[in-house]
Amino acid sequence: MVTKEIKTIKDLPRDDYLTRGHGACPGCGVAIAVKNIARVLGKDTIVYVPASCLIVFSALYPASAFKWPFFYTAFENTGAVISGIKAALKRRGKEVTVVGMAGDGGTFDIGLQALSGAAERNEDVVYVCLDNEAYMNTGIQRSGATPFGAWTTTSPIGKKVQGKREFKKDIDAIVAAHNIPYMATLSIAHPNDFVRKVQKAKSESGFRFLHVLCPCVPGWRSEASKSVAIARLAVETGMWILYEVDHGVEKLTYKPKTLVPVREYLQLQGRFRHMSEEDVEKLQTWICERWKHQFYEEVPVPPCKIEEAKKALIIDEDPLHGP
Amino acid sequence: MVMKVISADHAVAHGARLARVEVVPAFPITPQTLIVELIAEFINDGELDADFLPVESEHSAMSAAIGACAGGARAFTATSSQGLALMHEMLYAAPQNRLPVVMVNVNRSLGAASGIWVEYNDSMPERESGWLQVYIEDNQEALDMVIQAYRIAEDRGVMLPMMVCLDGFVLSHTVERVDFPDQQLVDSFLPKFKPLYVLDPDEPVTMNPITPPEYAMEMRYQLHQAVDESKLVIEKVDREYGALTGRAYGGLIDTYQMEDAEIALIALGTVTSTARVVVDHLRSKGKKVGLVKLRFLRPFPSDELRSIAKNLKALGVFDRSVSFNGFGPVFTETRNALYHLGIPLTNHVAGIGGRDVTFEEVREMFSVIEENAKGHRVKECHWHGLRGGS
Repeated sequence: MVTKEIKTIKDLPRDDYLTRGHGACPGCGVAIAVKNIARVLGKDTIVYVPASCLIVFSALYPASAFKWPFFYTAFENTGAVISGIKAALKRRGKEVTVVGMAGDGGTFDIGLQALSGAAERNEDVVYVCLDNEAYMNTGIQRSGATPFGAWTTTSPIGKKVQGKREFKKDIDAIVAAHNIPYMATLSIAHPNDFVRKVQKAKSESGFRFLHVLCPCVPGWRSEASKSVAIARLAVETGMWILYEVDHGVEKLTYKPKTLVPVREYLQLQGRFRHMSEEDVEKLQTWICERWKHQFYEEVPVPPCKIEEAKKALIIDEDPLHGP
Repeated sequence: MVMKVISADHAVAHGARLARVEVVPAFPITPQTLIVELIAEFINDGELDADFLPVESEHSAMSAAIGACAGGARAFTATSSQGLALMHEMLYAAPQNRLPVVMVNVNRSLGAASGIWVEYNDSMPERESGWLQVYIEDNQEALDMVIQAYRIAEDRGVMLPMMVCLDGFVLSHTVERVDFPDQQLVDSFLPKFKPLYVLDPDEPVTMNPITPPEYAMEMRYQLHQAVDESKLVIEKVDREYGALTGRAYGGLIDTYQMEDAEIALIALGTVTSTARVVVDHLRSKGKKVGLVKLRFLRPFPSDELRSIAKNLKALGVFDRSVSFNGFGPVFTETRNALYHLGIPLTNHVAGIGGRDVTFEEVREMFSVIEENAKGHRVKECHWHGLRGGS
């Protein structure tokens, strides 16, 4: 079988391995990400899914929306189970991509140890983190991936403390520090960059890590129709940086002309609507410092210079859009 | 036939080599380490064609073993104590997915009053997991049972994981003479692993989806039945292995001097050897005593035990672990099995935290059982070798 290299969205095959009939919410970033990753990885793939939204909406006995061989056992062991599957398939002489698709909780928090173990051993697997920035499957609890200021059910808007007080964990730096062959961050709003990175991960061997930002309608208190727009704004504001580390060479793969103020991103989501001016400033400063720290060479003018009229974050009175 | 003087841990490693295990995820823990160290040497010396996965925890060791088994490979791992406890969550995935992983657990005490010595309170709580459990008496049995374990576990009527349990240090680090069966003989006894279902893109299957109440209960029932039905396979495999090697172990249960015994003790693990000597000694004094070697805790040989025990005047049960405020788990299992026979039963807790179980203590157990048989009032649960007395 001749497999054509997939460079842009136009090369993307139409055959789906996450088929229609799954139970994801309308506008689910995870479903969009998985469907498109599957199109690139193609038939000869085995998927492991730990405890997450994905298992619940894709594989509920007696049905399954995956046309790939599928396995699930627990929450924290993606790195370990895919190592075992790959070892077995290698012994059977099968050329198969073994992919683990975990959420942010299963990657940043409870799954970090098994992820690190597999990365350190340079297992020949693809690890995908579907990051919707909280434990959405259990009902929106904060995780190590939840951004500063965000409301979740375990970082509620109290009289004394409002929202999460800690910044998002830099999992990409942690993973990259394992000196793996390839890691990249992906956005569902940048399809060409998206498919190119998945294709690159597919064609490499050794441990590959793909980190996708996946907007979550119920968890982010956003409109289903706005998921892609929100994902794009995440990139344009610097809340999500599109880059890759290819054999140790770090490279920005998309550079916004000027960073849009983070406020634009926040106000599309009810999870931030309570944020004080002071907290928005704090988050903006964090973004700017992160850019300076990581990409100073490429961003000579610190984006914090951006001056914008201050607007309130509240967008409407829809109860869906706020806690 | 090759003969060597080796520890039980090394006997296990040779058993795994002869069983041609293919994927060995492992994490070190005392007193299990000698097993995986020797397997790593076999692989690096080219004596065993397998993949060694030096994982970062026991939880990952079991996860990777399960992944490898689901991927169609013969998987092996070993652990002890805290390591088994860390695996606890993952143990449940193997039986429910009908994945015949074989693991050796070198029994060791768990938790506070921390120690590295033998106690069964690590493996006993896992009776509820769906794993088959066999308890080992000597080094030869350790090697033979690893080979037998794969035949049992991979039998199409069973397809369940199996835990081979052996006493920490008392056995794991003690050297004894061990006969090695020839590789061709093992190959003829143990064919290549043929999984029931396997993760393969050419025939995609969904393994372990979320299962709603409409279906989960039947799946549990099937597992329940499979554990029950493994009894016949265990007996058959042991007989077949005996015919090939001259070494059969009695399957689920073995007896010593039970033909005309009036009182008896149930023992498991290395204490069985101590008890055998005591039985000989008591027999030489004209006492009609016998010994029951309990090999399997899961499946529990209830029927077999009933037919062995039905004519006894009293029976004692040795336990190397305890359910606090209750009895030892082996006693509880035994009383369940024998309840309606009305045989007077006593529980004998000894060797806790790795304390030696001496001849004197086993003699003491028999004298309590004898008193019980005479109808004298005795305590139901005795702790033997306890400083200050029980």
